[in-house]
Amino acid sequence: MSLDQFKDRNVSQRYTFIPVDKPPVKPMDKFKQVVRRTFRGELFVGLWVVFREMVRFNIHTVKYPMEKLPISPRYRAVHKLYRLLESGNERCIGCGLCEKICIANCIRMDTRYDENQRKEVTEYTINLGRCIFCGYCAEVCPELAIVHGQQYENASEQRAHFVLKEDMLTPLDFLKEGKQQEFPGFGAVSPNADERIKKTPLAY
Amino acid sequence: MTGFIIATVIKVLLVLGIISALAGFGTYLERKVLAFMQRRLGPMHVGPYGLLQIAADGIKLFTKEDIVPQNAVKPIFKIAPVVGAATAFIALAAVPLLPEFEMFGVTVRPIIADINVGVLFVLGVMASGLYGPLLAGMASSNKWGLLGAARTAIQLLSYEVVTGLAILAPLMLVGSLSLIDINNYQAGGFTDWIVWKQPVAFVLFLIAGFAETNRTPFDLLEHEAEIVSGYATEYSGMRWGMFFIGEYANMITLGFLASLIFLGGFNDWGFIPGGLAIILKVSFIFFFFLWTRAAWPHVRPDQLMWLCWKVLMPIAVINVVVTGFVLMM
Repeated sequence: MSLDQFKDRNVSQRYTFIPVDKPPVKPMDKFKQVVRRTFRGELFVGLWVVFREMVRFNIHTVKYPMEKLPISPRYRAVHKLYRLLESGNERCIGCGLCEKICIANCIRMDTRYDENQRKEVTEYTINLGRCIFCGYCAEVCPELAIVHGQQYENASEQRAHFVLKEDMLTPLDFLKEGKQQEFPGFGAVSPNADERIKKTPLAY
Repeated sequence: MTGFIIATVIKVLLVLGIISALAGFGTYLERKVLAFMQRRLGPMHVGPYGLLQIAADGIKLFTKEDIVPQNAVKPIFKIAPVVGAATAFIALAAVPLLPEFEMFGVTVRPIIADINVGVLFVLGVMASGLYGPLLAGMASSNKWGLLGAARTAIQLLSYEVVTGLAILAPLMLVGSLSLIDINNYQAGGFTDWIVWKQPVAFVLFLIAGFAETNRTPFDLLEHEAEIVSGYATEYSGMRWGMFFIGEYANMITLGFLASLIFLGGFNDWGFIPGGLAIILKVSFIFFFFLWTRAAWPHVRPDQLMWLCWKVLMPIAVINVVVTGFVLMM
């Protein structure tokens, strides 16, 4: 199944109206209906359809743990913290907007000033047991540091899994290999953002 | 005499072993065929293409906890699955499974008891198989079980009538109740098959066979959409498994009956030798059972009764009368 097919939710055009006859009332009409249905061979149409599907062998099974369906790039799954591409520094500036806007109150961060008097995030946790995946944190983030990732399997023995800062933060070696895709997740700017944004009058 | 007894015991053990194994394999086949017809894969994980699933199911059935409900009538509850499976296997005793063949210089007749009322015996024993689900449902002190038992009574009793009447017309042609005689009547080849002379009886027999073996268009006994699991609701482990071995053995018996009575039995079919011919026919009928399960919807109990008493039984009676007139002329 390709991604385009998966994302096409406009299924309404494929509905066809099947006319249903009014049920007969008179005994003679009932008898006629029985005879008509007996000799129309509807049952054999059913047999033919399933036999055709068996011979075609057009299997739609997804062997789930080994094989997964693609999900939309804007799906809101477990969060990710991104790094700056050039320096590898964390993008998060510790502004606390995500913590403030979080309506489930599940984001908690600790910050301090480092030796250069810059904000440094020491702790960043998300309680996934409370997170409702609304996406406000990703939307509000001015640095596009927190985004929603693609990891949708949250089943775990412990709630603490997935949610510590080092779990969400892009690993450095991963970044060096150039595997951090630039904002594919929820909260990203759209690919044609430059064309869509107009300059403010102050720029003239 | 001793040789006869030993031969019979060996045949009995062989039939028991092979048919139970086939019943187990039948569940695998059913899951696979249904899956392919519904564009799924079916069992795939245990063994190559899920083939070891049969062994896994067997281990599960044997080791599962055997629960007997507190308020059940315990002796009857325990004996009911045995009735279900035993009648299915006893019915096979009078069925000639293959043509005679020579082995180590001895002529082997692959029938356990060649009695001259073969058809009557098979139908009678298969009909008494009704006691399995009936007793199970009534003894298990469960309302779904009770409903299942009630449905067993209405379904199996009424379709027994249709089976008997449908099979009467070919018996009038042949003039014998022995399945071997019926088989020999069709020895002339493809055109001699009774199905060409008695197509209506064949269709009626198949429909009634679906109802009697409790297969899908007519599986009211354990209609999972309406009554959870019917008569088998309270059963677990091997007791449950016995019912299903019985059901699949019944399907195989019915396949043999239909092939022997209507489809030319184990006579040579063109270049195909008789033994292979009957296996092919039985396999086709078995496949047909699975095929209809994928294709056709369930019926309601009232529709089932309506079909049986208002449509099938009159047609069967008319068929018998017409056959009688034709034979007289």
